[in-house]
Amino acid sequence: MADDSGGIFEPPASEPAAKDANFLELRGVEKRFGDHQVLNRIDLTVGEHELVSLIGASGCGKSTLLRCVNALEPIQGGTISLQGKVVSGTGVNVDEHRRDVGIVFQSFNLFPHMNVLQNIILAPRQVLGLKRQQAEERADALLQRVGLYEKRKQYPDSLSGGQQQRVAIVRALAMRPKLLLLDEITSALDPELVAEVLNIVRELAEEGMTMLVATHEMSFAREASSRICFLDQGVIREQGPPEQILSEPSDPRTQAFLKRIIEAGRL
Amino acid sequence: MEQFLDTFFSWQNIKDSAPSVIEGFKTNLSLMFVAEAAVLIWGLVLALLRGTRSRATAPLRWLTVGYIDLFRAVPGIVLIYMIGFGLPISGVPFFSHLSQYTLAALALTILYGAYVAEVYRAGIESIHWSQTAAARSLGLSQGKTMRFVVLPQAVRRVIPPLLNDFIGLQKDTALIGVIGILDGFRRAQIYAGQNFNLSSFTVLAACYVVITFPMTRLTDRLLRRDQERLRVGAR
Repeated sequence: MADDSGGIFEPPASEPAAKDANFLELRGVEKRFGDHQVLNRIDLTVGEHELVSLIGASGCGKSTLLRCVNALEPIQGGTISLQGKVVSGTGVNVDEHRRDVGIVFQSFNLFPHMNVLQNIILAPRQVLGLKRQQAEERADALLQRVGLYEKRKQYPDSLSGGQQQRVAIVRALAMRPKLLLLDEITSALDPELVAEVLNIVRELAEEGMTMLVATHEMSFAREASSRICFLDQGVIREQGPPEQILSEPSDPRTQAFLKRIIEAGRL
Repeated sequence: MEQFLDTFFSWQNIKDSAPSVIEGFKTNLSLMFVAEAAVLIWGLVLALLRGTRSRATAPLRWLTVGYIDLFRAVPGIVLIYMIGFGLPISGVPFFSHLSQYTLAALALTILYGAYVAEVYRAGIESIHWSQTAAARSLGLSQGKTMRFVVLPQAVRRVIPPLLNDFIGLQKDTALIGVIGILDGFRRAQIYAGQNFNLSSFTVLAACYVVITFPMTRLTDRLLRRDQERLRVGAR
């Protein structure tokens, strides 16, 4: 377990020297479902060790954007690159790309026929080729960290939403991804369970995990992000430091969106 | 009333015919297991072929659809007759030298493979795409996603309809007498003809009930236990 020393959430030790400002880079990304333009010329970069939040009303394209980054949706225009390597379009080995990019979904999407441990070790064993013992050690360390070690033999249906989501995060982390995508991971949770999940995300951020996060949690976005992007009808209207976007938005649509959020008591 | 009872439930005739009928039923019984095992595999192959998405496999996909449509339409007795009597005189290498028993198993597998393929397909399609998305996002290939994530859940869901088709298959083993196999049906028929009494068929009917009934109960129990395990999580 020599490679497990240090922080458990520590990202893979890739050139620690210079921070890559364009770790993830989207250039002119277009996504259409039939005639419906979901993403329109999206330009977005996420620097190494950075947490970027995507905010915007439901249906604005946040989730689709994340799914495109993970190649779960093909894009119709533009390019997506990770560490300078183009990962979109034909001729790209999507399975290889997805090894480097973890995603956590709003509805957890755990495998209901597998217990917690089996959920977590499936991909490390089948994709990375880890031995069972190695994979279990990795899983156990992560489970301990999120306080779910004693649930390792339980099935997802017997866990609370917050616990399930923590398992889903661990499942993604067990692949040691370079980039983690979080798709409204607290939206399906009861309010009292939100904190236990967001705390883990905060710890991950502190340990330098690079993350792109779609969220409705404005206070979380304010304190944890280095940058916030406001997405509206498939277009990035505005992006910048949290204070600037949330307190002094310049775009009228951002202003209108935040006004609704404030009226709903969510900011 | 007495004549009616004597026709179907004469104790003497039941006793006399039972050894022969049961001996014949053993053939049906072994055929059930052989055909069911083959159908489980063949149906899955068909379902997976039908479920492929790439353009390269399109011809194979259409062939599979044609196969399924065709053999769901042909009556079992017709297929058993054609295969059991047809293949041996067809001059097809290998197939024309198979025993009647093997040909009967082949016919039942061809027939029920088509039904079971559709059952599998329904199960596979009932698994929400988000499960596939989760598996693929972890880097699992399409094949491994099917094997480790989709199929195990799909199969659990289709066990009841699968069992339904198996009961159908088990009962259709009574058709193999038409190609000259001395199975339970043929032996009951011979006894009934010689003794002008149908009690031998009562014996045969009882044989089928005895086999089928516990199987449904067992499957129900297995399913329930599986459900409980998923919910509680103890192993």
